[in-house]
Amino acid sequence: MFDILDKYGAPKNAYTLACTLTPWFGWITAALFVAGLVGGLILAPPDYEQGESFRIIYVHVPSAWMSLFVYMVMASAGAMGLVWKVKVADAIARSCAPMGAWFTFLALATGSLWGKPMWGTWWVWDARLTSELILLFLYLGYMALQSAIDDRRMAARAGAVLALVGVVNIPIIHYSVEWWSTLHQGPTVSKFDAPSIHISMLIPLLIMTLAFMSYFATILMVRVRGEILDQERNTSWVRKLCEKSEA
Amino acid sequence: MFVMNPKRRKVLFTIIFIVMGMGLATALALKAFQENLLYFYSPMQIKNGEAPTNRAFRIGGLVVDGSVQRDQQSLVVSFDLTDTLYNVTVNYDGILPDLFSEGQGIVANGRLDEDGIFKATQVLAKHDENYMPPEVAQALADAGAQIPTDHLKAQK
Repeated sequence: MFDILDKYGAPKNAYTLACTLTPWFGWITAALFVAGLVGGLILAPPDYEQGESFRIIYVHVPSAWMSLFVYMVMASAGAMGLVWKVKVADAIARSCAPMGAWFTFLALATGSLWGKPMWGTWWVWDARLTSELILLFLYLGYMALQSAIDDRRMAARAGAVLALVGVVNIPIIHYSVEWWSTLHQGPTVSKFDAPSIHISMLIPLLIMTLAFMSYFATILMVRVRGEILDQERNTSWVRKLCEKSEA
Repeated sequence: MFVMNPKRRKVLFTIIFIVMGMGLATALALKAFQENLLYFYSPMQIKNGEAPTNRAFRIGGLVVDGSVQRDQQSLVVSFDLTDTLYNVTVNYDGILPDLFSEGQGIVANGRLDEDGIFKATQVLAKHDENYMPPEVAQALADAGAQIPTDHLKAQK
């Protein structure tokens, strides 16, 4: 286990691995998106109460889950960078932030579009919506901090501390609908008893979630490759790589 | 690379300390602001006098079956909200959301008048966490089963 981590903690090996895996993940992502979208938009039946508008959950719910998941990846990678000074971990943390911000924005935007016809309002300041908005600001703050500090090591360290402090928001977002009375509905899928969603609607939702996960992995690898090249631009292996592609 | 030495252990413990400390501080702060974080009050809380009387607040509950009375000439509507323990009558003059119906979860914004009637300035539908095809909902209704909702359960 640690041998593998040791090997791919080296920027060059991580770069090579990401190059090999990217096309595979790309195709898996495309296949999952086709399956999930056909299942969600065509095969799944309309909801008994919301009709066709419920189909927005196939984007809203996966992006909301991803906004939390990406944050945990970012904070964990940041912690690894802090403790063990793994450069690849710093590159991963830095690459996560813009994607996490987009997932958060997508969750907020789709939720708002759904809220207007269903609730009767675009936005309310209840605990779930407000804590998710704070998550968006955490991502944006992290990105601003990264670009404000010129030195890479310093930027990674400051970013990791900010990300770790912000981790406290993640359980708040998740449990907000249970701890307080909110306009946002309670959990549908992650309940202790059976999910409150019919199986014909649940399967496309799970496929879409896998598609989002796989999409995240693909884009993360592309971004990390760029980060590694930038980070290692003065090393001999990057120079050799550039000469090879120029020739 | 992942070997622990005293310096790394110190950094790791500092991180754990920061995260736990932040968690504790936030938990205490949220506990203190518990009251302000409630998006709405339940009818029972209003009966117990926990809701503010001198400012606007929100009330949440289920629309009581058969309690909806519409004025023929205007948009004025009156209905009862329940948390199964206590009912509060709500008056509203405005457009109701599409999901408004008897038995539906509703959150209304407004204030309580002297007679204990809630004068709403805004009515929002609270959607529940259930998703099912129309046929399944029909079958459940035919069987006389209640669609399980725990989102507006009575708050003690």
